[in-house]
Amino acid sequence: MSVTVRIPTILRTYTGGQAEVSAEGATLGEVIADLEKNHTGIAARVLDDQGKLRRFVNVYVNDDDVRFEQGLETATPDGAGVSIIPAVAGG
Amino acid sequence: MAVQTVASTTESTVDLGPAAALSCRECGHRVPLGPVFACEECFGPLEIAYDFSAYDTEELRKRIESGPSNIWRYAPLLPVPADVATKPNINPGWTQLVKADNLARELGVDEGKLFVKDDSGNPTHSFKDRVVAQALEAARAFGFTTLSCSSTGNLAGAVGAAAARAGFRSCVFIPHDLEQGKVVMAAVYGGELVGIEGNYDDVNRFCSELIGDPAGEGWGFVNVNLRPYYAEGSKTLAYEICEQLGWRLPDQLVVPIASGSQLTKIDKGLQELIKLGLVEDKPYKIFGAQAEGCSPVSTAFKAGHDVVRPQKPDTIAKSLAIGNPADGPYVLDIARRTGGFVEDVTDEQVVDAIKVLARTEGIFAETAGGVTVGVTRKLIENGVLDPAKSTVVLNTGDGLKTLDAVAGTGLTATIRPNLDSFRDAGLA
Repeated sequence: MSVTVRIPTILRTYTGGQAEVSAEGATLGEVIADLEKNHTGIAARVLDDQGKLRRFVNVYVNDDDVRFEQGLETATPDGAGVSIIPAVAGG
Repeated sequence: MAVQTVASTTESTVDLGPAAALSCRECGHRVPLGPVFACEECFGPLEIAYDFSAYDTEELRKRIESGPSNIWRYAPLLPVPADVATKPNINPGWTQLVKADNLARELGVDEGKLFVKDDSGNPTHSFKDRVVAQALEAARAFGFTTLSCSSTGNLAGAVGAAAARAGFRSCVFIPHDLEQGKVVMAAVYGGELVGIEGNYDDVNRFCSELIGDPAGEGWGFVNVNLRPYYAEGSKTLAYEICEQLGWRLPDQLVVPIASGSQLTKIDKGLQELIKLGLVEDKPYKIFGAQAEGCSPVSTAFKAGHDVVRPQKPDTIAKSLAIGNPADGPYVLDIARRTGGFVEDVTDEQVVDAIKVLARTEGIFAETAGGVTVGVTRKLIENGVLDPAKSTVVLNTGDGLKTLDAVAGTGLTATIRPNLDSFRDAGLA
């Protein structure tokens, strides 16, 4: 499954400045593992020591917050858009 | 007494007064002052680290007391240049701390112990003017000319007004289905106002993506890339409450929770006053207030969890309708550390509390104020909040913004213009 991943500004040092990259994987966990293969260091920024999503990282598969879905087990269908976004304050 | 809060180890080139650097609240990683909000190491929120080492307590107290009647009296404790009061800004703050004896009687609180910090008195009628005024100074320092935000309504109005005063362009984003009063109050200042098809969390997500895109380049998003500066504005609520109580800490505070930023910064402000020797170091309790229809933090608190599970909001308290509160975990920490609690009330209780506050104290609160008063009543009934101790309840906005919430309120009677009709209606 090939997906497009939107990279936040603070992680673009790992993607050579690219705001969007392609990655492979049937689940979000697999997509992050594939990102790590091609952009070494990025997984440690998104995941904590236990391999879980850090609490200040929001990840969306298409328009769905993965915390409402299956977290790292959330399916990433072919052509899906994955967005990694730092949590922000209220309004 | 001289106080060393932090040592400045990182070079910063902008003049934002005592602000020395940005520091990650999670891992402590430090970076120079700049328009960034998330830690490059762990995504944790960046916040301002200060150098207060030069301050003498009594000189600082005198300097504050002789300052302007707005938040800039606290400029020595904020990320703003020393001459901030001379720049075009909306100059919010120094709102009334109302001694609420009528409400105290209604809620069963001892006379002289209950106060309402009424922030509806700010220029755009909500506490958001405090945070926007800070963000505006940061935007100026970093050379931005467009001010933007994601908003549940109050912030949109505050940004529009501040941008107009300071000569910035503004373009703000709100959920498309906000209360009409808030839409008008945001639009009237002449900036661009964009409705997003979705809830506040969707708007936030959009703004976060816009900020990383060339389309959003050069924009100062007050609650995104200027968040570390913006959030500090809420400290001024803590400073004012203590100064208005005669430089004393209240025993208990009841604070609304949306993202949780305000509550965490009120705690930070109280801690700073203690460290600086401006108030006596004694225990205080902070209580968080949510609406039942958007209660991710109170749910986590009551369940004993450290993690806040997001919810899909469904409440009339739209200014608090943030289902994925970024500072929720910190609110849990603070409520537990201080011996407080996080409680929620139904929309019906919110409306009732709005009416009680209006009837007893002449304060017309927006729904968020109904949430804090409603939660205060519930906490007293449940024996969680001590009615014999000094308590400050926050009202963060004006009821004119959420008229729909009390739409059933209206005429007592309609009569003909004569005395008989007046008497017949039982009004004599």
